[in-house]
Amino acid sequence: MTDNVAGGGDAAGMNIRRYLPQRRTLISLAGLVIVLCLWAVVTMGLKLVSPVRFPSPLDTWSAARQLIFTGYGGGLLWEQVWHSSRLVLLGFAVAASSGVALGIIMGISRRAQLFINPTFLLLRPIPPLAWIPLAILWFGLGDTSKIFVIWYAAFVPCVLNTLAGIRTVDKTLIAAARVHGASPGRVLREVQLPGALPMVFTGLRLSLQACWTTLVAAELVGAFFGIGRVLVIAGQDIYPGMILVAMLCVAALGAGMTKVLTVIEQRLLAWRFA
Amino acid sequence: MSTLDEIMPISVRVWWTVAGFLALLGLWLGVSHSGLIEARMLPGPETVASTILRLMHESFAGSTLQEHLVSSLGRYLLGFGLAVLIGIPLGLMMGWFEWLDDLVTPFFEMLRFIAPISWVPFAVLWFGTGIGGPLLIIFSGAFPPCLINAYRGAKMVDKRLIEAVRTLGASNYRVIKDVLLPGSLPSIVTGVRLSAGIGWQSLIGAELIVVSSGIGYLMVQGQANFATDIVMAGMITIGCIGLLIDFSLRVIEQSISRKWSQGGGSQ
Repeated sequence: MTDNVAGGGDAAGMNIRRYLPQRRTLISLAGLVIVLCLWAVVTMGLKLVSPVRFPSPLDTWSAARQLIFTGYGGGLLWEQVWHSSRLVLLGFAVAASSGVALGIIMGISRRAQLFINPTFLLLRPIPPLAWIPLAILWFGLGDTSKIFVIWYAAFVPCVLNTLAGIRTVDKTLIAAARVHGASPGRVLREVQLPGALPMVFTGLRLSLQACWTTLVAAELVGAFFGIGRVLVIAGQDIYPGMILVAMLCVAALGAGMTKVLTVIEQRLLAWRFA
Repeated sequence: MSTLDEIMPISVRVWWTVAGFLALLGLWLGVSHSGLIEARMLPGPETVASTILRLMHESFAGSTLQEHLVSSLGRYLLGFGLAVLIGIPLGLMMGWFEWLDDLVTPFFEMLRFIAPISWVPFAVLWFGTGIGGPLLIIFSGAFPPCLINAYRGAKMVDKRLIEAVRTLGASNYRVIKDVLLPGSLPSIVTGVRLSAGIGWQSLIGAELIVVSSGIGYLMVQGQANFATDIVMAGMITIGCIGLLIDFSLRVIEQSISRKWSQGGGSQ
């Protein structure tokens, strides 16, 4: 009895992150339906909320149709989404490769870690968003400044998590591999890297989320195109339906990319999830 | 090699760390004075330091550095405090009442993926650029970690303890106050620390975009005036305050977890 209760508690502890669909009960569905109805009633039926403040479901629907079919803020939905996603993917890819590489170097050489760590001590407390004005001064309002800030946002968590991953590999395993005659290169490839991979992926996931936040902020501060630009124009036009659509787009893209990364992680680390 | 880590003497470690600091400083000095990059684009460390001192008694973008800092911190404490005051009780109750968990979790999952910064247009629409707008953005950044960690903390509390207390006739209120809250305190404090960091980040984002005072605004104005030194002075200030917040919360976190592990040692 007690065991069952404790087990249930653990599963519930996980549900908030990963196992939600399996545990979505009637209450959850009912809650969603009720809120949707409330939304419709409050905005369209009772008109308690002014349409200038918050859109009704119909406003949102027509805004979504407008963005998809006729375009808004200088482009169609897919063009805006593609523009923003491309920036995130570019910045993320550069950050992931350079960050993991630097993390590995710092992980295998204590000297390199000691030498490079002060830079991170100084850089880490400065949030990525605080780099936006500097990036604009250096690279202008175009894509380069955005890629730079996105790179920075993802780079720091990548390095730190890779470093931590390599450090947590069991020292006995490394010693055992060395005793059996493995070269340092082989130890790195076959012991340290696989051992560090779970932490590396944690870093990548954190990075990806940071990338999206940073991109949106950068596009809000100044951009010519992209989903953040849609958000800015919708705000200037006082077009709540479009604001909501753009917000949902940003959330869906962030969630979607994180999901893809999780799938890749599960494929690569099948041994861990089995 | 990492297997030989323990052998490296402390003096060598200190030497490498100092060398790292000096190399960074030297690189910055060297590049800024080499003429490769215009001094206007990359002022040297000494210029930025003197700019910080100058901003302390000379007003820029409406006020001095301290005044900007005070208005930033005021906003931050309000938004962060609100997130803590709502997030922790709600998280605990979600951990305790299953129906509330089922009801709130789907919405929370949806809201969590919305980057705090993308609330900016609605924040402006609803509250204008006064205190309300930035507050909403800070709140939406700081709220989720508070809630999630309070929830996890409540779920981690041993069910048998709760059953025991209930058998002895304790009310819901007393279960929460005497069992759930103390039991989940370490997790709550971690959540508060995380949310302090995210809240600070969100504040900067909000200030870059919606308000007309504060450190973020100072930086935006610096950028508009092509004053790279002012932008960098703002970044350094933000970094220092962020570090200070994180450090003080870490101290609190450690002292609490130490107290708890002592108290729980008899279990």
